[in-house]
Amino acid sequence: MKRRRTLLVPALVGALALLGAACAPEEETGGFTPGRLGAVTVGADAPIKVGAIQAITGDTASLGQDQVRGVELAIADKGGKLLDHPVQPQVEDDLCKAEGGTTAGQKLVADPQIVGVIGTSCSGAAVPAMEIFAGKGISMISGSNTAPNLTSNLKGTKGDANQKGYFRTAHNDIVQGQAAATYAYEKLGAKKAATIHDGDPYTEGLANAFGTSFKELGGTIALATAISKGDTDMRPVLTEVAATKPDVVFFPIFQPEADFIVKQAKDFPALADTKKLFGADGLLSDTYIVIDQTEGMYFSGPATPIGEAYQGFVGKYESKYGEKPIQAFHAHAYDATNMLFAAIEKVAVREDDGTVHIDRQRLMDALYATKDFQGLTGTLSCDEFGDCADPKIDIVQNTPAKKTLDQVRGNVLFTFEPQTS
Amino acid sequence: MAKTSLEPRGSIAVRRRFQLPIVDSFLWLVRIAAIVLIVVGAFNSLTSGRLSGQQWRDLVVFGIAQGSVYALIALGYTMVYGILRFINFAHGEVFMIGAMTGFYVSDGLSRTWLWEAQPFISLLIVLICCMTVSALIAVLLERVAYRPLRGLPRLLPFITAIGASFFLQYTVATLFGTSVKAYPSVDALTGVVTFLGFRILKVQVLVIVAALLMLAGLYLYVEKTKAGRAIRAVAEDPEIAQLMGLSVDRTIVRVFAIGGALAGAAGFLFGLVFQNVHFLSGFLPGIKAFTAAVLGGIGNIPGAVLGGLLLGSVESLGPSLVLVGLGIPSAHQLKDVVAFLALVLVLIFRPTGILGERVSEERA
Amino acid sequence: MAEPTVAVEVPVAAEGELLAARQVDLWRAVRLGLVGGLTAAFVSANGMVAAFSERAVLGGQTLGSLLLVAVPVLVGYLAGRPPPVLQGFATPRPGWRNVAGGLVAGLLSGVVMAVFVTLIATFDVRRILINVTPGLVREAPRLLTFGLELGAGGLVLILALNAALGAVAGTLHLLPARWRRAVFAAALWVLGFAMLQPVIVQVLRGIQAELRIWTAPLADFLYEPTGALSVPGAVAVAALAFGIHALLTREGRRPVRARLEPLPERSRRLLRLVVLAGILFVLGLLPQILGPFLSEVLNIAGIFLLMALGLNIVVGLAGLLDLGYVAFFAVGAYTTALLTSPQSSLGVGWIFWAAVPFVVLAAAVSGLAVGTPVLRMRGDYLAIVTLGFGEIARLLFLSDWLKPTFGGAQGIIQVRDITIGPIEIGGPQAFFYVIFCFVLLAAYVTYALQDSRVGRAWMAMREDEAVADAMGVNIVTAKLSAFIAGAMLAGFGGALFASKIGSVFPHSFSVIVSITILVVIIVGGMASVPGVVLASFVLVGLPELLREFAEYRFLIYGALLIFMMQRRPEGFIPSRRRAEELHEEEISQDAGLRTQATMQQQAGPAEDGRNETS
Repeated sequence: MKRRRTLLVPALVGALALLGAACAPEEETGGFTPGRLGAVTVGADAPIKVGAIQAITGDTASLGQDQVRGVELAIADKGGKLLDHPVQPQVEDDLCKAEGGTTAGQKLVADPQIVGVIGTSCSGAAVPAMEIFAGKGISMISGSNTAPNLTSNLKGTKGDANQKGYFRTAHNDIVQGQAAATYAYEKLGAKKAATIHDGDPYTEGLANAFGTSFKELGGTIALATAISKGDTDMRPVLTEVAATKPDVVFFPIFQPEADFIVKQAKDFPALADTKKLFGADGLLSDTYIVIDQTEGMYFSGPATPIGEAYQGFVGKYESKYGEKPIQAFHAHAYDATNMLFAAIEKVAVREDDGTVHIDRQRLMDALYATKDFQGLTGTLSCDEFGDCADPKIDIVQNTPAKKTLDQVRGNVLFTFEPQTS
Repeated sequence: MAKTSLEPRGSIAVRRRFQLPIVDSFLWLVRIAAIVLIVVGAFNSLTSGRLSGQQWRDLVVFGIAQGSVYALIALGYTMVYGILRFINFAHGEVFMIGAMTGFYVSDGLSRTWLWEAQPFISLLIVLICCMTVSALIAVLLERVAYRPLRGLPRLLPFITAIGASFFLQYTVATLFGTSVKAYPSVDALTGVVTFLGFRILKVQVLVIVAALLMLAGLYLYVEKTKAGRAIRAVAEDPEIAQLMGLSVDRTIVRVFAIGGALAGAAGFLFGLVFQNVHFLSGFLPGIKAFTAAVLGGIGNIPGAVLGGLLLGSVESLGPSLVLVGLGIPSAHQLKDVVAFLALVLVLIFRPTGILGERVSEERA
Repeated sequence: MAEPTVAVEVPVAAEGELLAARQVDLWRAVRLGLVGGLTAAFVSANGMVAAFSERAVLGGQTLGSLLLVAVPVLVGYLAGRPPPVLQGFATPRPGWRNVAGGLVAGLLSGVVMAVFVTLIATFDVRRILINVTPGLVREAPRLLTFGLELGAGGLVLILALNAALGAVAGTLHLLPARWRRAVFAAALWVLGFAMLQPVIVQVLRGIQAELRIWTAPLADFLYEPTGALSVPGAVAVAALAFGIHALLTREGRRPVRARLEPLPERSRRLLRLVVLAGILFVLGLLPQILGPFLSEVLNIAGIFLLMALGLNIVVGLAGLLDLGYVAFFAVGAYTTALLTSPQSSLGVGWIFWAAVPFVVLAAAVSGLAVGTPVLRMRGDYLAIVTLGFGEIARLLFLSDWLKPTFGGAQGIIQVRDITIGPIEIGGPQAFFYVIFCFVLLAAYVTYALQDSRVGRAWMAMREDEAVADAMGVNIVTAKLSAFIAGAMLAGFGGALFASKIGSVFPHSFSVIVSITILVVIIVGGMASVPGVVLASFVLVGLPELLREFAEYRFLIYGALLIFMMQRRPEGFIPSRRRAEELHEEEISQDAGLRTQATMQQQAGPAEDGRNETS
């Protein structure tokens, strides 16, 4: 008897489930004729809400905070207003993880006033967030996602995770892999390379991209290996790496594992020459380059923008936040925000009383149509998969004379730009 | 969580229970498979000539140096377990706090003249500070978190220990920041020493020698001194010990203090070898050290050291020797897998650890 | 033992006479004051005060100032508490001494804080203690001195405020117990309303939207635009809570119970059905009322709840301390991903329900694989070995070696949503129902198992393995079945997780997940389903809501665990058996004292004191 009654309960709930799912609330349609994806109607005195999903806590907090600051500066440069409406950012934490991307995405998507999103910080968080936003037609532009599978392989094949409405102003890691491999093979004359990643999707993707490019150029990958985050003793791995006698070791990982590698590598004659060590933008930070053993090491990273506009930006950054930019992607976030603003201005329909309608489909189309947009990081043009960056990768070197991050990033030995087809 | 005192002793008792042939044969299968895989992998690695003899010897040295650090931490675990039958999950954090103290003290000292002029005296000062602070934290833990729960089902102090572990980690993180702290380098410790064909870094020599010295000191203390005898007595049977006039509380405090001091020393040595510490530095070494203690036989002081050295060696040699020989790519990613599998295999082969257990009959 | 031994040498009181001097322990007040001051200094130094000051809770006051204020109130209350009454002694009448105790404790905590504030104002410790920001004392907003500049003004304010609050807290002891409880209830409700502002506002607005009940203006009345509770709103809530608790005593509830007793069985069943239908109605509408974000929070808590129920079987019922539970979660998630994602290495792209049997199978196999080697291992070894298995699972899923199958660091993406027939469960609101069904299933399974033969075998094994073995319980099948049952529930959790997020990355399966689930069931009450439900919503749901706490989440977890294990080890809502087990000593003591009391009463009323247990 009791068993039957308790089975009744799931049945009832199941029925409710069908009912609830079928009766999901419809989206409010605005007054003017919105497109297929709906529109945002911003009332006369209401703010234009722009979402931001960034990693503001945890290990990668500096990356996320740097991006948020880029967004804030873009808003400030517009005088805090767009189309005579104040711009209100809403920042959510992506925890640099898929779960964080989901929660933050749900939080933003719940607000029908969100026009667009600048995010995410980490590629892992972008995957579910993209899907959530695509379902509602909200456009998202990232200033720091670099994983290739988020857009395409740059040869016309859509990336596994790619969704409509996703854009990025940061480079595709395929380009960075090409840059590092090209420099290593052509300029350093390396024929054998070893790669080390740390299990993070970004580092693994970049190490693989390097390997693919290096092999295409004619080199061989002597050893492609990995460590785990939290490892302290790198000597066994380095023994294996040293045994293959590589000409260059590419380890695009983060601190503190990179600290251990670079310090312990000194104990291996095959690796003692620092000029064989090659890192990526995860290591372009103050705390890493001051380590003595990193002198002579190469780094690849997004090119520091040049020109007056950027210098002005850095000045504004410093005076507002009291320190120099802390990571490499602040300018990309700034450009992403401005790109969004430009698209909003293009498609917005204004009424006499000040109400503004922004159609989501048209906003997305406008973003896809971005061509030759002048940003701090270069001339941005979006392709059909959302890659908008003007990818320039700098190869820099840390020499004894270069003591600050700025100096190291300015010590450009080689700039790589992919051939635009 | 069995409260039984009918704990089976010896292999005969074990064999009589759980006599399900399927399970037995499965476990035998596991043993055989493990041995086969290890032999095949090792054979492939050694005959392939991938690494030279010197490099293999280097790997052994790395393992022993890493293992010495594990051994020092394991001593604290094993002593507490021997008396209280309880895993002090927060011991790894005591180690981390020692390492952090070492950073701040050595950072401060390196700005004075003493660091360059008298490196060994400076290091000694740092060592003493680390050991003291860690011992204090361990004693504080015992007093605040563990003592009120003595005698209760074992799960409760265990959960408290987990809570204490989190609390300590994040206290350090929020007070001192989450960034990595880099020890200043010590010129006197750079360089390599050759010994019997093994190339050992000077700093690794320090670690191994220090660990051995502390082990010897601890062993003498426990075996020869009156306080040590008290510890052994309480470990054997707390009720009788109390009846004989020993203060169980005071003995337990002493055990925690000694274990804490050793962990602090381990933290300092860790800082010297790896030069980087941060608030999560204690978590994994803590787990590994407990694994080492179990490997060697919990409650058993030489066992803890043996377990530590063994675990370090397995971690260092395992991937290169066995995994690469079996054709597994990125073998070093699986270093922890090897370590834990070693634990499982040892416990399957020898359920009481290599040197056997030495725990109390009842909980204190 | 004939009579309870007495530690305190106090003359026996005649009827009505107060005990001499030691009404309140001065040393205890001093100790509490010092601890309080150190705590306040600690939360200031680690940045909690600064972080919490971002959130306005009441009028213009922030959570940060509330935190600073809470310390003297708490220590004052504890210090002003009369010492426990021993049987046979008169209850001390509350008087000025309670207030004095509170005052002393408050004052001392104020002194410690004043010293701390002076120290950080004089020395720049920011290099070491990085969260001691200038905003605490030196510059605006001067959080620790509530806006005043340091100097006589600031220090006097700290001392006076702390002392006053301590004294006020001490006066609470002057109230009769019922009023005191009501005051606490009121404070708790106000705090709850303040902290849960986003939820309550959403609920009120949602009810208006869905049910057309005029509740939205209530939200505007209660809360200010900053998100803080408005003062009239706080007063209203406090009054309501005070009234409910003061008036609704045990005597008040009796008439209701008396009315229900004599009802015939059929009407009672009808009543139960009506209540059940009511609950279902509310739950059915809940996701629509809460909106997508809060539904998402519920979903996350729900998945953890599902897994907690599974671990409840392994740890709570069978007594096997499994620290590697996340391995089964990962197996479920990866199995689902492999079978439902067209991008995975298998690429079959089945629907969710086709993958479920394989999830069950994979989970069962992994439960068997973990359980078999540990069959003969002792409890603590079991813990570390299962922890090892958990890590092994994660590392294998992450490894380059198995990348062709599991995707390595890149994971598996494009996991399909759950579909029920033609309906696709895309959003969190619809997903809520699915999770709810699974949770109900898990709860039903738990209840069924508890009273079944298997369950009893597990509990026997948990209590004493050797004795259970001697009584004929097959330990091998018991242990393995416990692992398999737990693994299956975790497998479901993993399957739901994978479908919800749509992608599976190995980084989601760290040992922290195992430990969180263990904490949930311990804090909630082992082997108690309502306790586990409450704990998972509080411990998993709240941090998602209150993002200010993100950095301090584990700090609070840790402190909470330590505190709860000492005060209330049986958890929030314990199963009665467990509570009795853990408080065995106290219960038997109380029983002993009670029989003594009755014996003395029968002997003569001469030396009897009044024992009021509050």
